Amino acid sequence: MAEGGFFFQAFVYLTAAVVSVPIAKRIGLGSVLGYIIAGVVIGPFVMGLIGEEGQDVMHFAEFGVVMMLFLVGLELQPSLLWKLKGPILGMGGMQVGVSAALITTIALVFGLPWQTGLAIGLTLALSSTAIVLQTLNEKGLMKTTGGQNSFSVLLFQDIAVIPILAIMPLLAVSGQVAHHAGDDGHHVTTWVEGLPIFAQTGVVLGVVVAIIVAGQYLIGPAFRMIAKTRLRELFTAAALLLVIGIALLMTKVGLSPALGTFLAGVVLAQSEYRHELEIDIEPFKGLLLGLFFIAVGASIDFNLIANNPGLISQMVVALVVLKFVVLFAIGRFFKMGLDNNLVFSFGLAQGGEFAFVLFSFAIQSNVISTDIANPLIAVVVLSMIFTPLLMLLNEKIIQPRFGTTESSDREADAIEEKNQVIIAGFGRMGSTIGRFLQANGQTATYLDTNPDNVDLLRKMGLPVFYGDASRHDLLHAAGAHEAKLLIVAVDSPEKTQAVCEAAQKHFPHLEIMARTRSWTDSYEILDSGITDVYRETLDTSLRMAAEALEKLGHRKYQARRAIKTFRKHDERYLRELASMRHDQKQLISGARERIQDLESRMLAEIDNIGKDKDLGWDISTLLDEFGNRRDD
Amino acid sequence: MKKVLVLFAHPALQKSRVNSQILEHLRGLENVTVHDLYQEYPEFDIDVAAEQDLLAAHDIIVFHHPMFWYSTPAILKEWQDLVLEHNWAFGKDGNALKDKMFMPLVTTGGPAEAYCAEGHNRFTVRQLLAPVEQTAVLCKMRYLPPYAVHGTHSITEEQIAKHAHKIKQVMQGLQQGELTAENIAKSEYMNSHITD
Repeated sequence: MAEGGFFFQAFVYLTAAVVSVPIAKRIGLGSVLGYIIAGVVIGPFVMGLIGEEGQDVMHFAEFGVVMMLFLVGLELQPSLLWKLKGPILGMGGMQVGVSAALITTIALVFGLPWQTGLAIGLTLALSSTAIVLQTLNEKGLMKTTGGQNSFSVLLFQDIAVIPILAIMPLLAVSGQVAHHAGDDGHHVTTWVEGLPIFAQTGVVLGVVVAIIVAGQYLIGPAFRMIAKTRLRELFTAAALLLVIGIALLMTKVGLSPALGTFLAGVVLAQSEYRHELEIDIEPFKGLLLGLFFIAVGASIDFNLIANNPGLISQMVVALVVLKFVVLFAIGRFFKMGLDNNLVFSFGLAQGGEFAFVLFSFAIQSNVISTDIANPLIAVVVLSMIFTPLLMLLNEKIIQPRFGTTESSDREADAIEEKNQVIIAGFGRMGSTIGRFLQANGQTATYLDTNPDNVDLLRKMGLPVFYGDASRHDLLHAAGAHEAKLLIVAVDSPEKTQAVCEAAQKHFPHLEIMARTRSWTDSYEILDSGITDVYRETLDTSLRMAAEALEKLGHRKYQARRAIKTFRKHDERYLRELASMRHDQKQLISGARERIQDLESRMLAEIDNIGKDKDLGWDISTLLDEFGNRRDD
Repeated sequence: MKKVLVLFAHPALQKSRVNSQILEHLRGLENVTVHDLYQEYPEFDIDVAAEQDLLAAHDIIVFHHPMFWYSTPAILKEWQDLVLEHNWAFGKDGNALKDKMFMPLVTTGGPAEAYCAEGHNRFTVRQLLAPVEQTAVLCKMRYLPPYAVHGTHSITEEQIAKHAHKIKQVMQGLQQGELTAENIAKSEYMNSHITD
């Protein structure tokens, strides 16, 4: 049994995570297995640091799944979701239907009443969203066909939980009236209870529409106001409030909170605050999911398994094999390539966390007895643990031998389009650069910290996002890992420096072009190894200067050529001075020398047009030679 | 092996399928330097000293360009004006290019038949390029007849590939000191000295 207070608990969980996850990742097992192993170690059967309350922790930590679906929603544009409707309904429906039917049949063969069998079938048909998505993400498989299809099936399962919960009380075996499960944290009393079915449907639809409308029209302005306070923690608080609020609301109307936040995520996928929200929610999701996996590990009832090792292991194998076969057949039916189908089938071949909820609800509804449900829960947990192992097996052994490499252009459809250029700072310079690029068919991803600016440009249809580009996580969210070019056009030199540093450190492949203000801050940037430095006023000054010359009667072409010479020298001096800036004394004398040099060159240039440069247009030597020849 | 410098000029290469492909082939050849003038000097501020160094380091100079108004594109004319300086390229003390070989490599939209006395353009390509020929001669270079790709408006991919292959043979022939005989130097086209 656990001892002593919240801090001790936190200490135990965090230590377990911090110690075991890096080790698991190191030996190639992935974070999910790392967390689960940590859970087993600190759980009641090994060290006993946490005990029965592991169950409560699991319920709490399931909120991580809710957050994960919110984040998945943020990544999914509504149009992409619409494209996925086929896989969601087709594959998802088929998977749940066929798996449930087969498992129910097996239960009937073992002599269970059909009601119990159906409850078991429906429950075990579901897979683990948490484990599958986390593992796919970690392996970078989310955007492949296999990953997308896995996601579609999981989404269908999330939706299917609602009707399954609804019919569970109807499956009661004994004549007893099913009493409601009111206190396991998942089925609190809802507002719609007791309403006639059409009114319930109405309320549910109303809430869904309200989320869409609010996401579209209310959340944007609200976040803009919060962003204007420039308090980062307030933004984080608001993001959490949004997710928790929606989850609560969903529970109140009897819908799955995960589904509600997923919907909110999709609605906000087009918002300028998308990246910011992602970054704020991400760590919470990660921690809660980790906690969830630890709790899964801790909840394994080793006594139960030890009493029936043969039966339990046979059931685990049967469940995984059955689900795998069904999934593989579905993958074939929908013409998935072998590689993708293997990822899809191995990935989803386990029981899911919904089983904990559904079985406890089923027990309370008298659909199933504890002596049947408890071993099944153990089976589900074990199948969850084997999933990362199976995927590892697939990746390391099966795929390399039997897999085919699919042509990449077929998969490209599902992959979100990423821009090659990121422009940090959409002010006077950034907007001009962006407009010019756009006019020439190059779209860019923009980042800006001024909410009004962002809002205005967004209305004009430009992909501008709110956020501070010196944060590497935001750069990542904007696609810096896939982009080619980063244009730093923010106006404060300190900010420019910070953005460049972050980009160089975390995305060394990025080519960086930096806007600078003075000679001094140009030195700083040049010093950090960035050669494409643009002083914001240089070109305009030179253009003004040339036109001034023209107004004073100089030939226009001469004035323009003088600009080019001047700029070339000027850029060279800047770079030379930058390389000697560490020695202040040398810098001063160097600058003086160069100003004198520049002066003399300028004098030469204006004094005697092109004497050294445009000799081809100078006929003086020709005249000499012509004269000589005449003398001959 | 002799070194070839291809001075290439096309202000809108993105629109030229023939020149893009020829350029691609030239870039792959050994001891051939392709110098893309519009890419190098987008603002026409030609670096004369650098260009002269480049010329000095090569033995065979090729002007590669589409025919614009029976002449070179603007930047190649600017290049001649500025780079071929008196007392460097020509004149009593101007011997920097002496005895190097020079060959135009041109593309024309019109068909070969248009380039003769009876044709639409009334002159042969070699006749039209007389200013370039005389420039080369004044710079004491040995002028070779032009290699021309005609009819680029309607050329097939297969024909382009054939030209690319022939141009490669021309380059290799020049590098090995072939194709410089008197009778070749006097002919209308370099094309006719390479078998298909």
